[in-house]
Amino acid sequence: MSLIVEGLTIDHGAIRAISNVSFKVPQGQLAAVIGANGAGKTTLLRTLSGLKEASSGSVTWNGSSILAKRAEDLARSGIMHVSDGKSVIAELSVKDNLALTGLWRKDKKDVAAATKEVVELFPILGQRMSQSAGSLSGGERQMLAIGRALIARPKLLLLDEPSLGLAPLIVEQIFQTIKSLVKKMNLTVVLVEQNAMGALKIADQGIVLNLGSVVLIDSAEKLLNDPAVRSAYLGF
Amino acid sequence: MKKAGKVHKPTTTKKRLFLFILFGWLLLILGDRVGDLELYQGSFVATYALAVTSIVLLTGYSGQLSLGQSALMAVGAYAGALSIFNAGWHPVIGLIMSALIAGVFGLILGLVAARLSGPYLAGTTLALAISLPTLANQFPILGAEEGITFDVGPSPARFGEDFSQYKWFFWISALAALIMVFFIVNLLSSRYGRTFKAVRDNPVAAQLSGINVGRLKVSAFAISSGVAGLSGGLLVMLISGVSPSAFPLSLSFSLLGAAVVTGLYSLKGVILGGLVLVAIPEIADSLVSRIGGSDNLWRFRQLNHGVAGIFGKCAADSGGGIYAKWSRSPA
Amino acid sequence: MTQFITAVLTSLSSGAIYALMAIAIVLVWRSTRVINFAQAGQAVLTTYIGYTVIQLTGSFWLALVVAVAIGAVIGAVIDRFFMRPIFKRVKSGPIVMIAPVVATLGLLGIIQAVIGFVWGITNQSIEAPVSTGGYKIMGTVIAFSNYNLLVLVFVAVAMLLLTLLFQKTNIGLALRASAYSPEIAKLSGIKVDSVRTLGWAIAGASGGLAGMLYIPGYFLYPNAMDLLLVLGFIAAVIGGLESLFGAVAGAMILGFAIIFSTTYISPKLFFPTAFIVLILVLLVKPAGLFAPKKSRGA
Repeated sequence: MSLIVEGLTIDHGAIRAISNVSFKVPQGQLAAVIGANGAGKTTLLRTLSGLKEASSGSVTWNGSSILAKRAEDLARSGIMHVSDGKSVIAELSVKDNLALTGLWRKDKKDVAAATKEVVELFPILGQRMSQSAGSLSGGERQMLAIGRALIARPKLLLLDEPSLGLAPLIVEQIFQTIKSLVKKMNLTVVLVEQNAMGALKIADQGIVLNLGSVVLIDSAEKLLNDPAVRSAYLGF
Repeated sequence: MKKAGKVHKPTTTKKRLFLFILFGWLLLILGDRVGDLELYQGSFVATYALAVTSIVLLTGYSGQLSLGQSALMAVGAYAGALSIFNAGWHPVIGLIMSALIAGVFGLILGLVAARLSGPYLAGTTLALAISLPTLANQFPILGAEEGITFDVGPSPARFGEDFSQYKWFFWISALAALIMVFFIVNLLSSRYGRTFKAVRDNPVAAQLSGINVGRLKVSAFAISSGVAGLSGGLLVMLISGVSPSAFPLSLSFSLLGAAVVTGLYSLKGVILGGLVLVAIPEIADSLVSRIGGSDNLWRFRQLNHGVAGIFGKCAADSGGGIYAKWSRSPA
Repeated sequence: MTQFITAVLTSLSSGAIYALMAIAIVLVWRSTRVINFAQAGQAVLTTYIGYTVIQLTGSFWLALVVAVAIGAVIGAVIDRFFMRPIFKRVKSGPIVMIAPVVATLGLLGIIQAVIGFVWGITNQSIEAPVSTGGYKIMGTVIAFSNYNLLVLVFVAVAMLLLTLLFQKTNIGLALRASAYSPEIAKLSGIKVDSVRTLGWAIAGASGGLAGMLYIPGYFLYPNAMDLLLVLGFIAAVIGGLESLFGAVAGAMILGFAIIFSTTYISPKLFFPTAFIVLILVLLVKPAGLFAPKKSRGA
């Protein structure tokens, strides 16, 4: 039940965004994908979730290939992608946003239970249930987006820069929440981040991308202590 | 202008002028060889080509979808008719007035339209297209419902007796179209024209690099309205009159369809566009005369319009129209 | 006084009919970001089918039900087999807005031609199911009848049902989510393509209702719904293209403006009034009266 990426190549028209990328994330582990802007990290996630087509290579999750599958089908099979910033529908209420991932599920009781758990996890959402999602602050929106994903009881969570634009305190909170969720729910997570330090601190492994290619893959701990990585991405 | 595929070689104004003059001369020679019917049809082709040009400029280049070009043609038409008929001015002055007054109208419209996008602009121009012609009913000077009819007069005597009125029409319309298109082509390859492409490809970046997008859009509206107005003025001359029913909403739709089919993003296809617009009713009519029945006339016209529209959509999925398919040059 | 009452009532009934068309246009716009000009053809086609039902069975009500149902089917078919391939092929540039417009215009022409072949192009008519005689108020007959009342009731009920559907049901939420953000909807597991087809089906049904309610009192011919489409479109734009409420409000405003100006100023001002109202609204609010403010933010 792991995520296996092999030789993945993704093109944006004439531009090669991702070039021959391979990595493996065992079940229950968190892989942090770090790299500068334009390294292709978002494109990578969008292909894993089915929003973008790959040009070549293979991706298997749980033993079966997930390329060339439609995004909504992948979502229904337990792969949840929380895309950057705009991941909530501003015109809908918090309640409606949370309900989106439960619409197609047959087990309504479980949906209700999951919603309750999410509200316990992020109490602020419970207070703002009937407000429009557009009126939430950045941090609250991120919680809403993650909460919505969790209601679907995902097995694979793809997070795209959850810390973007958020205050350090909130970022810390969110990272800790992600870490504890991984443990509690045996989630597999691919975390794309520019905040390399914060991501590596909660990750099991780190994947460093530069201009679409893998530059380095190692355990998170080793990467945190690697001088080259530190000067390039961690700022010291 | 069959230079498809060689589009990347920058042509200087002199070269372009030479090509246009050459083409014009060829047309005039051709005009001597064909009969009156073809000359008359040719005049319409030139006129419609102008109208399609206005759409290419407005929608293809400045990205504003207008369903109201027929209204702008009507403005030009009435301006021309009034100048020539009521004020008694020379036909050439009349045509210039058509372009000018329509252009001013377009300027005002463009100022309003600059704030509107997509469907809102489409809706506004749609409303304009249906309401403007009926305005003519209000003012007796515009001839109310029957419109104004007049006679442009026979061709100047110095051309001799063989010079039929239709040839005269053809000369005027072809010449007017050539001059206007030349002007537009020059405009579009100047710095002004290049800003269009920048805005079309990435409006935010264009704005950030100092291009005044709003002003560009308004000017595009004004110029394209002038072109449409000239086309309307020519139509007046060809049908010897003008009335509200000459510029129905369906004309706007036909023009848009023709522009999409023959290439929305470049001027290369406008002549073909004019041809298409003249040919479709002709095809419908000939089909009918073979099958018979006046009911069928209407049916086939509708069918032809519909099929052309669908065909246009299929051929034009990248906006490049037929030319893009043939020459594989970027739209 | 009676002129005023007549004007008000006529405005209400005109506005109600525009509203049905405006609703259909807004439904398609919200789910696909396309202005469906073929709606005029769809609506008139379902009305012709209703006409045939009346010829065969003599029942207006049966024809109404059939027209609405077939309208839904036609709408779904057009989206599934005609519009979906277009969206797959057209990805960027101004052509994104234009190709569907041209395509739906072309489709309109084809539908009308087909109608001409099957039913002929001479005017037909459909009898109203209830009396169209005007009511008597204070001794004078005003231009408002049982039939006008019926139309108003139908529109009100349709509005209510649609609002309930959109706001209170899961399907409605899926429709709204897919319209606001197809990407987030997809990532949430919503089958956006199917939902869109449903949106077109509902729009088609609304158009079918509009046609059957509009035609009695006018003639039925292939172009009969063109004018209504234009007015419905204008009404939808006035209302902001974003909500059903806006569509109905816009339609009422348009109806009142047109009827009052043609009654009190001049009958020739029918279209110019529409244009002026539209321009006035858009000058003040370029996105229409009831378009929600999109909140900016991460």
